[in-house]
Amino acid sequence: MKSVVCVKHVPDTAAKVVVEDGEVTWGDAPLVINPWDEYAVETALLQQETHGGDVVVVSVGDENAKEALKHALAMGCSEAILIKDPNLSEPDSLVVSHVLAAAIRKIGEVDAVFLGKQAIDGDVGVTAAQTARVLDWPAFTLVSAITEFDPGSRKIRVERSIEEGRQILEGELPAVISVVKDIGEPRYPSFMGIRKASRANIPEWTLDDLNIEPLSSAVAWPEVMNPPIREITNEIIEGDSPQDIADRLADKIMEEKVL
Amino acid sequence: MDFGLTDEHRMVQKLVRDFAQNEVKPVIKDYDRAQEMAPFILPRMAELGILGICFPVRYGGQGMDYISLGLACEELEAVDSTLRVVMSVHVGLNSMGLLQWGTENQKQKFLVPQARGEKIACFGLTEPGAGSDVAAIASTAKRAGEEYVINGEKMWISLATKADHALIFARTTQDVSDPHDGLSAFMVELDRSGVTCGDIHGKLGVRAGSTGFISLQEVHIPESNRIGEEGEGFKIAMACLDNGRYTVAAGATGLIRASLEASVDYAHEREAFGREIGKFQLVQQKIARMVQSYEAARLLYLRAGWMKNQGLRNSRETSLAKWYATDASFDAAAEAIQVHGAYGYSDEYDVERYLRNAKGAIIYEGTSEIHQLIQAGYALDYRNDRPLRCELPAYDVEVWQS
Repeated sequence: MKSVVCVKHVPDTAAKVVVEDGEVTWGDAPLVINPWDEYAVETALLQQETHGGDVVVVSVGDENAKEALKHALAMGCSEAILIKDPNLSEPDSLVVSHVLAAAIRKIGEVDAVFLGKQAIDGDVGVTAAQTARVLDWPAFTLVSAITEFDPGSRKIRVERSIEEGRQILEGELPAVISVVKDIGEPRYPSFMGIRKASRANIPEWTLDDLNIEPLSSAVAWPEVMNPPIREITNEIIEGDSPQDIADRLADKIMEEKVL
Repeated sequence: MDFGLTDEHRMVQKLVRDFAQNEVKPVIKDYDRAQEMAPFILPRMAELGILGICFPVRYGGQGMDYISLGLACEELEAVDSTLRVVMSVHVGLNSMGLLQWGTENQKQKFLVPQARGEKIACFGLTEPGAGSDVAAIASTAKRAGEEYVINGEKMWISLATKADHALIFARTTQDVSDPHDGLSAFMVELDRSGVTCGDIHGKLGVRAGSTGFISLQEVHIPESNRIGEEGEGFKIAMACLDNGRYTVAAGATGLIRASLEASVDYAHEREAFGREIGKFQLVQQKIARMVQSYEAARLLYLRAGWMKNQGLRNSRETSLAKWYATDASFDAAAEAIQVHGAYGYSDEYDVERYLRNAKGAIIYEGTSEIHQLIQAGYALDYRNDRPLRCELPAYDVEVWQS
């Protein structure tokens, strides 16, 4: 079987992301693999361990995206592909999904595509569904468990985490699957994987290689601003007894319209 | 000159950091309080390959370079010194000694299982009456046909009760003009008859680690377990210390970083006189000194690691890195407590553990006083490094990773 994992490079979670002169910056903090995508890599590798085959990791981005690809290789992915093109400077999720779909078609004979539920930078969270739509494959989003996955019979059965609880879905492969944390803790890269990743020569595909024309983003970010600074003040409620303190606290909560 | 880390270095750094921060940090306080080593530490480090990080793949290792070893030690000690101690004794003092001095048979017999983490190794040099004065070692190894019979007591041995193998130094010749010449080195399997091991409790620091004693009474070992030539023990011990001290230097650098990060966090969080304490210049001075010592310690150990990679003798540079980083780590931890005020004095915060842990490294693997003598010796030209019969092999990526 063949799986594709789509990963993105994002600022490290410890980075301080701010807007300066209208531009988003994270200083000199490193770019790392999107944490949700590590769960997607783990899911693909687990299926590979059961069914064999290859796991191809793909990213749309610039040279920095190789960090994320190398991390996935070090975790155990078979090969990595970077899609890099001057016409992809600020793609929205729809453009990315078209590019990913073209890459998945070019890779060929793909049984499943795995993504994290969202990227922690844009937090849009629709790339999986959009990619499935472009491919005309079923989308299984927010998957917390894969209970059946059989490339032979083309069957897939998953559990989704939704606000109301868990939802069981069945469908056919090939499919696009986005995963949430409950799917299972991602493994650390192995030293063998690190050796392989550090020597890997990652091929770069352009839009020409994918046989697609440059696409325009439907969504633009005309203005980006820092969130307003929240003024936080502390007040200690005092009283003669616990009951008195509780009453005063309740009054205060009502007065401040917290409830 | 290139100060950058390679992709491989960064990935190793992240792997070890994730292990230490995610798996050890949440539980280390409990084990420190209980004065016990967490039982998962050694098997997990073995499983992840950390115990064989810098050894060639053909010897069961992971094929990384000596800088990767240093980076791993920095990450480990940024969480707790006991993790780095494992690397110092298992990797630096014992297994790297085998890589440098062992025969091919000895490497196959001892290094391969150690690099794979199937066997744990320790280093038996110090005795109740012999620390800095190595030539005062009283343990003996007497020839009996094709065997040696070892008798003696080893003290302050990290991993004494966890290890399967120990590199034991004992006197093989009494009648020598220079007592340094009468020592030899032996790999001793600790399940041999006559070996007794125990832990020492009540230590100031490294409480979540194993520190103990090894008693050897009429322990018979084959001649093939002798590492190096008879009488070469002192040189082997010093060469092993060049590697162990490197790990200590790198680890102490991690401890400085931990003190710095804890202090920065607290300086932002704690308010006094109506503003966060980071705004006060005397707090800033403490933090600035931690930054200074972290950067300097890091450069010193990375230079030593680079020299090891190149196959250059690095006794002077490693000693300097170890001396500087360990002294600076103690100062940084003490100042971190001061930044934290009364809270830093309690084990609710990590910094008091950092201080207790920092003190040990100023004593073991050459006290700071010994390192000052070493540095002065080099500067005054009283001390010169002569080539060794077996040098630590330079790192060669093709050889290491094939």
